[in-house]
Amino acid sequence: MDSNGSGQITDAAERYKSGVIPYKKMGYWDADYVPKETDVIALFRLTPQPGVEPDEAAAAVAGESSTATWTVVWTDRLTAAELYRAKAYRVDLVPNTGPGTNNEAQYFAYIAYDLDLFEEGSIANLTASIIGNVFGFKAVKALRLEDMRLPVAYLKTFQGPATGIIVERERLDKFGRPILGATVKPKLGLSGRNYGRVVYEALKGGLDFTKDDENINSQPFMHWRDRFLYSMEAVNRASATTGEIKGHYLNVTAGTMEAMYERAEFAKSLGSVIVMIDLVIGYTAIQSMAKWARDNSMILHLHRAGHGTYTRQKNHGINFRVISKWMRMAGVDHIHAGTIVGKLEGDPNMVQGFYDILREPHNEMNLERGIFFDQPWASLKKVMPVASGGIHAGQMHQLIHYLGEDVVLQFGGGTIGHPMGVQAGATANRVALEAMIMARNEGRDYLNEGPQILDEAAKTCSPLRAALDTWKDITFNYASTDTPDFVPTTTGSI
Amino acid sequence: MITNPTGRITQGQFSFLPDLTDEQISAQIKWALAHDWAVSIEYTDDPHPRNTYWEMFGLPMFDLKDPAAILMEINEARKTFPNHYIRVMAFNSTRGVESPAMSFIVNRPPNEPGFGLVREEGQGREIRYSFHSYATDKPEGERY
Repeated sequence: MDSNGSGQITDAAERYKSGVIPYKKMGYWDADYVPKETDVIALFRLTPQPGVEPDEAAAAVAGESSTATWTVVWTDRLTAAELYRAKAYRVDLVPNTGPGTNNEAQYFAYIAYDLDLFEEGSIANLTASIIGNVFGFKAVKALRLEDMRLPVAYLKTFQGPATGIIVERERLDKFGRPILGATVKPKLGLSGRNYGRVVYEALKGGLDFTKDDENINSQPFMHWRDRFLYSMEAVNRASATTGEIKGHYLNVTAGTMEAMYERAEFAKSLGSVIVMIDLVIGYTAIQSMAKWARDNSMILHLHRAGHGTYTRQKNHGINFRVISKWMRMAGVDHIHAGTIVGKLEGDPNMVQGFYDILREPHNEMNLERGIFFDQPWASLKKVMPVASGGIHAGQMHQLIHYLGEDVVLQFGGGTIGHPMGVQAGATANRVALEAMIMARNEGRDYLNEGPQILDEAAKTCSPLRAALDTWKDITFNYASTDTPDFVPTTTGSI
Repeated sequence: MITNPTGRITQGQFSFLPDLTDEQISAQIKWALAHDWAVSIEYTDDPHPRNTYWEMFGLPMFDLKDPAAILMEINEARKTFPNHYIRVMAFNSTRGVESPAMSFIVNRPPNEPGFGLVREEGQGREIRYSFHSYATDKPEGERY
């Protein structure tokens, strides 16, 4: 049987004989393939079924995520099939897996897709291929999408963030420091009137934003119109008494697009600067809301509700860095991306990699941070990452060190759980933030001197003193499940 | 009297901290210069939250790299407008930013009257809000 160096059958009559042949032989593996600048590249972490060679498993993934089905079809010959076939071109054994280790063998498989396989400006279309059938495919035991390289030509077909970090700051008139927020708690059960009280106290006390939680939509205890009206009364009262622009993320998530548009329009009519949606509404709905937000000068906050179901396990699902890329393309302005020091999952290197993807104009390959490809962002605006979940004022130096300046720091419990009340909790956070930014700008070693800087600031701010005393020993030190698989030299191992 | 915890307008990077000393202002200027940002001085007697364009006390100091000289300009502004709000800003001209990178208040009037919230009630409990700056009840130049 004639075949080329990659195992593909080259004789056409032989290749298209009815029946089942391995994906490699069908042409979905090409070790010599050099990806074009316009190709979409996907990097999968692949655990083959026992007995399946890694390059055949990679070819199978390439096949199922592009043109193939389980058997040979003659109708391929009516098409430019060579072009449309995705090409698996490289498999690397994942460090610390396979023979001689305690882990079953996993492989990083690189697959290239021609740009013509994808519809312009559609995350739904992109993902229907890349994470479509293939994740349930029997030839692979487990599969995780680790990273993607999106060509500039494709990025240019997406709107990108409705507002972006720079314009958001200009609209809010807030520069040179992280933005401060808090999620209203309890997240369910408050009446509209009581809910607005928390918003007012937190914003007046010094926060820039408050936030609806992901599951507060329009329930029996508080219908959405009531929440919107009372929250905006609170936002505007707080603006009047501080002279600052303030906002509350009004969650417009609903059962239908029509309902979401209705809620968003109402938020706009009340003068809100920001609305929010949940990741669970789906990629197309997110893109629709991003377009609406761009058209209506609205900042669009995304709560990543649901992502943990598929991002957390290391051998199967989608890495959050890929979700970060898709959401920058889809056009949200804010996305929760981890805290490093808080209560939710997040290895420091991995989280910093997500932040780089959201905020940088260009990502260099950085394996330590889990970034596998150089990724130019084609002037798509920057997404503001949001750090939320189990953080408090006493960690301010670490938060600024790890996460930088372009970030929303959200202290929910750390504001509302303050012993002196919500307003005092907000003030503690604001004073801690301003003191730390001032110290950083003065050139102090703020990471190491952090606790001392906070103590100094607390001398003139009793709410900060109380916050530091209440939460001084609270840390969340658990091993991360999602860590980089990266060996600095070819001979080393983790 | 404004009723927020600071008793004053809280715009800018450092409004919740005690007023900056000249030494502290100089340190912030050095931070701006170290990043190659141009420092600028702006003043107003109408600190409405959406009053974007305060008056410029001269152009941004693109070519001035001496923190002491910039501090002198700031003190000149304070002498000229002792009862105005004065803020120091820094402009970052890097591609993809091209926007202010810093903004903090270095001078305020002794008495800050703040803002009233004006509500215009509409149908369906809808309310249109606006902020009324008490200081602007007096004409420009005669406030504070």
